[in-house]
Amino acid sequence: MLDMIWLVPFFPMVGALVNGLFGRRMPKGLVATVACGSVFLSFLVSVGAFFSLKALPPAERVFEQVIFEWIASGSTKVTLGYLLDPLSCVMILVVTGVGFLIHVYSVGYMSHDPGFSRYFTYLNLFCFAMLTLVLGNSFLVLFVGWEGVGLCSYLLIGFWFEDAAKAAAGMKAFIVNRIGDFGFLLGMFLIFWKFGTLDFVPIMKEAPEVLVAGGAIVTAITLLLFVGATGKSAQIPLYVWLPDAMAGPTPVSALIHAATMVTAGVYMIGRCNVLYSMAPTSMTVVATIGALTALFAGTIAITQYDIKKVLAYSTVSQLGYMFTAMGVGAYAAGIFHLMTHAFFKACLFLGSGSVIHGMHEEQDMRRMGGLRKHMPHTYWTFLIATIAIAGVPPLAGFFSKDEILWNAWANGFKFQWFLGFAAAGITAFYMFRLVFMTFFGKERFDPHEVHVHESPASMTVPLWILAGLSIVGGWIGIPAALGGANQFHQWLAPVMGGASEAAEGVKQAAGGLGLVSTAWASEAAGAAAEAGGHADLVAEYALMFLSVAYALLGILVAYICYIAKPDLPGKVAAKCRGLYELLYNKYFVDEIYQAVFVEGTLALATFCYAFVDVVVIDGIVNGTGLLVRSVGSGLRRFQTGQVQAYALTILLGAVILVGYYAVVASF
Amino acid sequence: MSHFPYLSTITFLPLLGALVLLLIPRRSEGGIRAWTLAVAAVTFVISLALWVRFDPTQGGMQFVERKAWIESLGISYYVGIDGISLWLVLLTTFLSVICVLSSWGIAKRVKEYMLFFLLLETGMLGALISLDLVLFYIFWEAMLIPMYFLIGVWGGTDRIYAAIKFFIYTMVGSLLMLVAILALYYLNIRAGNAPTFDLLKLYELNLAPNVQFWMFAAFCLAFAIKVPMWPLHTWLPDAHTQAPTAGSVILAGVLLKMGTYGFLRFAMPLFPNAVEAWAPFMMVVAVIGIIYGALVAMVQDDVKKLVAYSSVSHLGFVMLGLFALNMQGVQGGLYQSLNHGISTGALFLLVGVIYERRHTRAIADFGGLAKSMPNYAAVFLIITMSSIGLPGLNGFVGEFLIMLGAFLTSKTAAVFAATGVILAAGYMLWMVKRVFFGALDKEENQGLADLTGLEWGYLIPMVVMAFWMGIYPGTFLRKTDATLELWLERFEAKKEACRSLEAPGALAWLQDGLNLVFPASHAD
Repeated sequence: MLDMIWLVPFFPMVGALVNGLFGRRMPKGLVATVACGSVFLSFLVSVGAFFSLKALPPAERVFEQVIFEWIASGSTKVTLGYLLDPLSCVMILVVTGVGFLIHVYSVGYMSHDPGFSRYFTYLNLFCFAMLTLVLGNSFLVLFVGWEGVGLCSYLLIGFWFEDAAKAAAGMKAFIVNRIGDFGFLLGMFLIFWKFGTLDFVPIMKEAPEVLVAGGAIVTAITLLLFVGATGKSAQIPLYVWLPDAMAGPTPVSALIHAATMVTAGVYMIGRCNVLYSMAPTSMTVVATIGALTALFAGTIAITQYDIKKVLAYSTVSQLGYMFTAMGVGAYAAGIFHLMTHAFFKACLFLGSGSVIHGMHEEQDMRRMGGLRKHMPHTYWTFLIATIAIAGVPPLAGFFSKDEILWNAWANGFKFQWFLGFAAAGITAFYMFRLVFMTFFGKERFDPHEVHVHESPASMTVPLWILAGLSIVGGWIGIPAALGGANQFHQWLAPVMGGASEAAEGVKQAAGGLGLVSTAWASEAAGAAAEAGGHADLVAEYALMFLSVAYALLGILVAYICYIAKPDLPGKVAAKCRGLYELLYNKYFVDEIYQAVFVEGTLALATFCYAFVDVVVIDGIVNGTGLLVRSVGSGLRRFQTGQVQAYALTILLGAVILVGYYAVVASF
Repeated sequence: MSHFPYLSTITFLPLLGALVLLLIPRRSEGGIRAWTLAVAAVTFVISLALWVRFDPTQGGMQFVERKAWIESLGISYYVGIDGISLWLVLLTTFLSVICVLSSWGIAKRVKEYMLFFLLLETGMLGALISLDLVLFYIFWEAMLIPMYFLIGVWGGTDRIYAAIKFFIYTMVGSLLMLVAILALYYLNIRAGNAPTFDLLKLYELNLAPNVQFWMFAAFCLAFAIKVPMWPLHTWLPDAHTQAPTAGSVILAGVLLKMGTYGFLRFAMPLFPNAVEAWAPFMMVVAVIGIIYGALVAMVQDDVKKLVAYSSVSHLGFVMLGLFALNMQGVQGGLYQSLNHGISTGALFLLVGVIYERRHTRAIADFGGLAKSMPNYAAVFLIITMSSIGLPGLNGFVGEFLIMLGAFLTSKTAAVFAATGVILAAGYMLWMVKRVFFGALDKEENQGLADLTGLEWGYLIPMVVMAFWMGIYPGTFLRKTDATLELWLERFEAKKEACRSLEAPGALAWLQDGLNLVFPASHAD
């Protein structure tokens, strides 16, 4: 089964090719079958690969398959190959599993769109690229997928290209991501410079010998790679493209801009955990940026009215949690949250899509309300996913988010813990605000004009499956403190385990620096329980209780504001006008970027063209031409053709010469 | 020399075809087109034999032909190719076929147009295969004349200005190069050798570094204008915007590569110590070109001019790779010059497609074209992605190797060059957005026909090449390995051999000054 791993990206690639080349002439049913079928086949192979991998002893769960030599020049040799290990296995299961559900959902959602086959071509292409990203055996193959998903994201955000704003959003996503790629590329070059290869296996194995733990180089490498991650995974300061990306069809938002692509940065750090564990400064940066993003995006989500915008900022915020996990060294916890988030956030986005579909393209929550009667399936699944994201036990989000916060606390990242903790209640608040505004209360639209309808089965069945996963998805990672075995950690231990040895090095190197506590070294090995003593256990219970209580408080406040006293939010907003405006306008970050970076670049470009090129360089060029010509036309006057004039000139010349020798030379 | 003279055949076949063309009556335009296409196609097919029969394990010259010409001066008809010229020759014959196809719609003076085109092909191929400096110089200049007429007669409204600017700009560099060639010839004689213009013999002439310094400067100027390197690039946007489509394709695809080829074949291996001294300066200029070209491309309102300025940026990458002076950089640079021929060539073809329909190239005149011309938009987007270096397409392989090579030599240069990756996405996607996306609100654009069979005919090969070169670059790179390894090896050896040589130089003070500003060491 393992040597069939190449089939996982291969099927969607074939699907994309078939639909891309012939889709316009094929019936819609066939297009849909090809698209969904190819991803489903990939899913089956992934499941098979999972069981084959599981049958092996943990230490041997690595399988590398080389397809062909891609780029070779001098000492650079890059093969196109796939690497299957517990980490990439989790990723392909999520990508193909959730991906398949979203493909099926899309068949219903996009059924009336004239670009049906184009849509599925892009979606399959995306799956191919995303699977290449997670299965790539080297930084460069990962980068191929990285850029490929970026392309698909660009194409799908601007899917309805006739709307200039949507096309602009796609362009923005691509360019902002390119800024991140800039860092990623340089990080890769540094790695090649030090290791002479870009392949994961040798790099992770040799890192402790090649690099100095805590040194400048490993810090630079990890920070540069993180710049790439902030682009792809929408973290401060490069998150600005993700909210705009909601211009794409809603299933795209679910698949690309929530469940899979945007988690690529998290996956990448997980893949490089050995390197990150050697760079405590980078870890602190990652954790801080992640926690700041979690809180920052959460506060913006409170004030938004566009149902998809709320979910978009929520995604940015949740990605922040994942990075916090990576930064505090709880790699497995971060990947765990990545997975549970894929379930509930995909469910939420698809649910919002169902709402938008049922409301005939309405996205503004101020014109919704009372939908729970009209669309029960959508309502129930949405509510389940909301409880999951809010962190209420025993749903998936509770286990994964709580694990992150606990690790942040336990590993000494108190400040990051505080930010993340603060964001947790806000999450519960804005999510329930969304639920209450959308599904509860009175209809704020005219039911005679807008005929709200529940979505077809092709859309509700995926919703129910995802809702189910949002409930049970967390149970594979129940921590030891709650009597669980945390199978998820054990599964990832072979990949994340390597971190512990490297981290030992850091412990020694960073000992004098006192940058961060490095107690997480053993955590990374997936042995949380062994590390924690009795006192820790008490603290863990206390924090757990605290965060559940806080989440419930958030829900309660949302209930008061949007059900019990609906006029309260308006009053609060009026009272804190400045703050409200600041949040509602997303801290004016877009405006600042536009003024500084976009306008600045354009001004510089205009200067280069209008002044340097046209005035200076061409001025010199044309000036030289003009000079030659005017000298020529000046001299032409002497060529009159009159013999007398020539004779006169000769005479003049003779006189000057004679005069010169007579006067000057005689001295 | 018992083998079939492939190189002479492909070089002079177009010339022969041009002579036969003179016999075809002016009225029979169909016959003229068909004949030209046939000549270009046969030339291409024969050139494929070079690819098949080229021995990748051998780094030296292959398919060599040699005949004495003017023996008293040591001038001979001496041709051959190695891994550096192989792909440029094939690119030339390939693009020539594409260009003849894309010129099918030319209605004005078809006979002369095709005549100049075939002459141009002979000139380009001749320059690429010449191993004798005089022969090279003759072909080098011979290329100029047909191009001058192609721009000046079949160009746009400002064609005369553009043609003259192109001609004089290039001529200035060429004359300086001629002086340098003659100087080299005399230096070789003064060193006690038999008079010769044989390039391979002249490779063995060891010159003192300060002599090399000025010889290199002269060659460098000639080639840098051709590349064109910033700030010698201003002839390019004018020439490109005014030239007919096929002229632009050849200009971008092959003529600019004559500059980079000149560096690889002549300026660098002849004067390695000078290269070492100039390298930091050249890298700085290359990086400025990358950023400057991209910035200026961003604010163009003419699509063709935008593509022209993007060439300045792309060629900056090529030069950066060459002066990184390591395998990755040089091979990446060579590869990128091929890539640029494909992707920028295709972009000019695509601009031509829309210009034929709308007789405008102003971005503001378009908008929403993806609606009326979906196939055209799809091809344009693929080529755009190839141009901005999306992995899986050709541009990425070259850019990646160049930046990696540059990084190993100078991290600062690589950091600045990498910003070009961001800017490229900026100017290309912004243009794509304004031309193809948004509402199809202009009446003139609503009824536009999508790609015709003929247009598909010349665009598909370009798209196929973009994918092939991006997915499996081994086909191309492996044939250049041995040559470039030898190239680098000889470069280092000659540099060592010349290092201690000394010659009094009148202008040594200038060199010292330059060394002060740009320290010659590569250490970072």
